[in-house]
Amino acid sequence: MMKPVFMTYTKKDLINLAVCMVLSVLVIPTFITTEYWYTSILIPWLCLALATIGQQIVMGYTGQLALGAAGFMAAGAFAMFNLILRVPDLGFVGSLIVSGLIAAAFGILFGLPSLKVRGIYLMVATLASQFFIIWMIDKFGWFKNYDSSGIITAQDIVILGKPFTTPLAMYFVCLAVTTVLTLLAMNMARGSTGRNWMAVRDMDIAAESMGVSLLRTKVQAFAISAFYCGVAGALFAFCYLKSLEPVAFDIKLSFKILFMCILGGLGTINGAFIGAAFILLFPVLLNAIGNNVFHGAIDATIISSIEQVIFGGLMIIFMIYEPLGMAKLWENIKQKFKTKFPTMNVKNLTSSIGKKS
Amino acid sequence: MAIERKFKIGKPILEVKNISLSFGGVKAITDTSFDVLEHEVRAIIGPNGAGKSSMLNCINGIYKPQQGTVSFKGKEIPNITPNLMAQMGLSRTFQNLALFKRMSVLDNILVGRKLHTKTNFLEVAFQLPKVKKEEKINRERSEEIISFLEIEDIKDTPVGKLPYGLQKKVELGRALATDSSVILLDEPMAGMNVEEKRDMCRFILKVNDELGTTMVLIEHDMGVVMDISDRVVVLDYGKVIGDGTPDEVRSNQKVIDAYLGVEH
Repeated sequence: MMKPVFMTYTKKDLINLAVCMVLSVLVIPTFITTEYWYTSILIPWLCLALATIGQQIVMGYTGQLALGAAGFMAAGAFAMFNLILRVPDLGFVGSLIVSGLIAAAFGILFGLPSLKVRGIYLMVATLASQFFIIWMIDKFGWFKNYDSSGIITAQDIVILGKPFTTPLAMYFVCLAVTTVLTLLAMNMARGSTGRNWMAVRDMDIAAESMGVSLLRTKVQAFAISAFYCGVAGALFAFCYLKSLEPVAFDIKLSFKILFMCILGGLGTINGAFIGAAFILLFPVLLNAIGNNVFHGAIDATIISSIEQVIFGGLMIIFMIYEPLGMAKLWENIKQKFKTKFPTMNVKNLTSSIGKKS
Repeated sequence: MAIERKFKIGKPILEVKNISLSFGGVKAITDTSFDVLEHEVRAIIGPNGAGKSSMLNCINGIYKPQQGTVSFKGKEIPNITPNLMAQMGLSRTFQNLALFKRMSVLDNILVGRKLHTKTNFLEVAFQLPKVKKEEKINRERSEEIISFLEIEDIKDTPVGKLPYGLQKKVELGRALATDSSVILLDEPMAGMNVEEKRDMCRFILKVNDELGTTMVLIEHDMGVVMDISDRVVVLDYGKVIGDGTPDEVRSNQKVIDAYLGVEH
């Protein structure tokens, strides 16, 4: 195991982080100029990856089968709308944090069943959050500021007096929030907090006998998870949809996040990004194939059906052959590459040179 | 046991009084009482189904006995939970291994340091200086235990991939990491070969000797039990049929009958 250099990050992590930052801050804005990429791919990718991290915390790390991430996202999004509307002094960042906290409160409430039920039954119990939150927003007009049209336009993002309205600016807002929260999640996952989560996941009786409180750990995981989903939901509504409607946060979105979590790799933070990218880009890829290879000969509805079939198939394949998902697959490929071409490894190269001389 | 001990056997630290436990109509334990003295190695033996593991589960709070009380460190504990007992300084291992399978050996042992971890999740998220300090202390203690148990070479391996004997060692390590005053060992040597058993005995005695940890263990291997324990309690059909030093128990007619069978 490598020694951490800064916080919980090893040298390798910092190099990876630097590469990601250079890519996302310098390379992407320089080379990608089409708005479509920002508004339809990069921004939703960051938002959904953030929500997937939330799902990872409760499902991948703490082992609680929860389904209802979109409910918490809706809570975050509508909390954000109301905060900016009613408490303008909070500012964008302040509102974002508070709406995350409001979602976390819902997380605590709907996480309580996890103390009594587990597995598939818990999944059914957590579905309540999905339906209850959406119902609540629909039922009480106050949440939508008594707007009768059903779709409310999201307010413009203003941080420290500066408007962030262009796709590129919004992309940077999402990027900043996602980066900070991802780093915090990594700290938690690798520290004592994450160990408690995983202990509860792997063997709850033993965890309890070591002094890990099941109540506190599970509720904490649900709260943190909902916080991440809430913030992600607020960003999703304000940067991607630019509107607020409860229908956008339906159960389909919850399932999408669940798939991202499983395909990406349960119990990994980077898996959240891989999974989200895959699920978002795959339909785009299929469409491109449909348009360019078959020149539109295949009906769009058939393509979207094929998409469902392939997702379903992939889920089954991953569950059977690689339950740890694409993140693990990537690790395995790297490992294979290293063993096949040992000289490619810089460390080996330098050490073998050192021996000869 | 003639050698002078650093930690002299003292007053009772754990007392079990009139415990009765039944699952539906099945009586697992009936009106059982015994005590464990500070710094001693206490064995619980008995044929299969005698209620030994159930007894440990009652002490640890996983099962709630219908009758009887458990006193720990001079205090009677009304609502026992595993968590409460851990906080009071009682740790344990499990019969069928209850390790965190996907976590590394080091991480498993670090979970044992939970009660010595006071920082909350926000402090961990922001990696405040006190988190680092605490983590450093916990890691050092865990490394000490790892080298004590001679498992340095596997410390980064996920425990699920380890052979049975090593997993048992890791579980002992996790219990040790809590720095508890009493450790309950549920069949620490089950399924081990002679060499592994000898190793495990050595560790148990070494812990008892160097740290003064009180050990309560369930074991089937009579040779082992008689060698390492100070006192033995024998259970049969959920009742105590013998209690005393290994020699006393060995010559107890009821115990001989229970183990060898008796003509009716």
